Amino acid sequence: MALILSVVIIGALTYLMRAAFIVPSSLSLPPAVERALRFVPAAALTALVVPDLVGHNGALVLTLANPRLIAGVVALVVAWRTRRVAFTLIAGMAVFWLLSALLPHL
Amino acid sequence: MTATSAPSASRAPRPFLDGARATIPLLPGTAPFGLIYGATAVSAHMPAWLAQVMSVIVFAGSAQFAVVLLVAGGASAVALVLTAATLNLRHLLYSASLGPGLREAPRGWRLLLSYVLVDEVYGVVVGKMLALPMRARLRYMLGSGLTLWVAWQVSTFIGIVVGAQIPAGWSLDFAATLTFIALLVPLLHDRATIGAALAAAVVAALAIGAPLRLGLALAALAGIVVGMLLDRRPRARATNDAAAPTPASAPTPAAEEG
Repeated sequence: MALILSVVIIGALTYLMRAAFIVPSSLSLPPAVERALRFVPAAALTALVVPDLVGHNGALVLTLANPRLIAGVVALVVAWRTRRVAFTLIAGMAVFWLLSALLPHL
Repeated sequence: MTATSAPSASRAPRPFLDGARATIPLLPGTAPFGLIYGATAVSAHMPAWLAQVMSVIVFAGSAQFAVVLLVAGGASAVALVLTAATLNLRHLLYSASLGPGLREAPRGWRLLLSYVLVDEVYGVVVGKMLALPMRARLRYMLGSGLTLWVAWQVSTFIGIVVGAQIPAGWSLDFAATLTFIALLVPLLHDRATIGAALAAAVVAALAIGAPLRLGLALAALAGIVVGMLLDRRPRARATNDAAAPTPASAPTPAAEEG
């Protein structure tokens, strides 16, 4: 139920942001806000990805025995070199599966 | 864009079809995200119908992936909403950029076109908007938006059907994290954006045990502040804007996703 409600709220907020300067006829974005918004995608995506790579049950696991961390680093390099989502996914999942099989505890 | 030239010159203008045609080349980049989203959503134990409904009412790839990732990690509803809303803040930029060109449009059109203002559609229409008369402008954007919408819904559906067949032991939800990495890398094109990402990464790692996934908001905020500090110099701004299409303040679409 909470999940359904969250999805509805996210949808409503997203629509409001898209309509914000199109539906009302006289609004514009202050330049400082516009400048800040340019960094939202890079900052927010990183903030989302990093805990999934370096965390395990709320603790920091910065070791070679963490398959997600190693797979994430490999994916980062592949994404940077190839700019291809498909290659990034294949390389990342392959490394993740391989390491998970070798190190079954994490 | 090229579809509008030679062959249609003798016929009546068909802006709706032109908008659709200009969007089709982007679909091979978008559809895989829809597939992966659908598959990871069911793999994270989200009900199949809700996964599809989310594609309809949210219609924004990165926010949808974020919800899947957080649901898989057992995050709270508050964390879901805050994260998705933060990721979608970029739509304010698109809205502000297209707003002036739609100011004279009927209200119904403005309400409708707001719904289809996703990354790809913004990228397709931003350079074209002001070159078209109002009537054509609206239909061009609608053609682009509806094309992308249909592709997103169909690819989500296929992803859900396929994903339901994949065993849970494969941890397919990790694909959502990898997708974010693929979306993130092209955004790191200068000192300021790289600095923003590094700052966000450090804070996210340090705040990992924080309740309610508060670390996420803190990390995003730290990234934005560091990015703005590094962006102070006018030289950096000029290089940023060189890549952007016509309107002076046009933001570059974040990445390929729905």
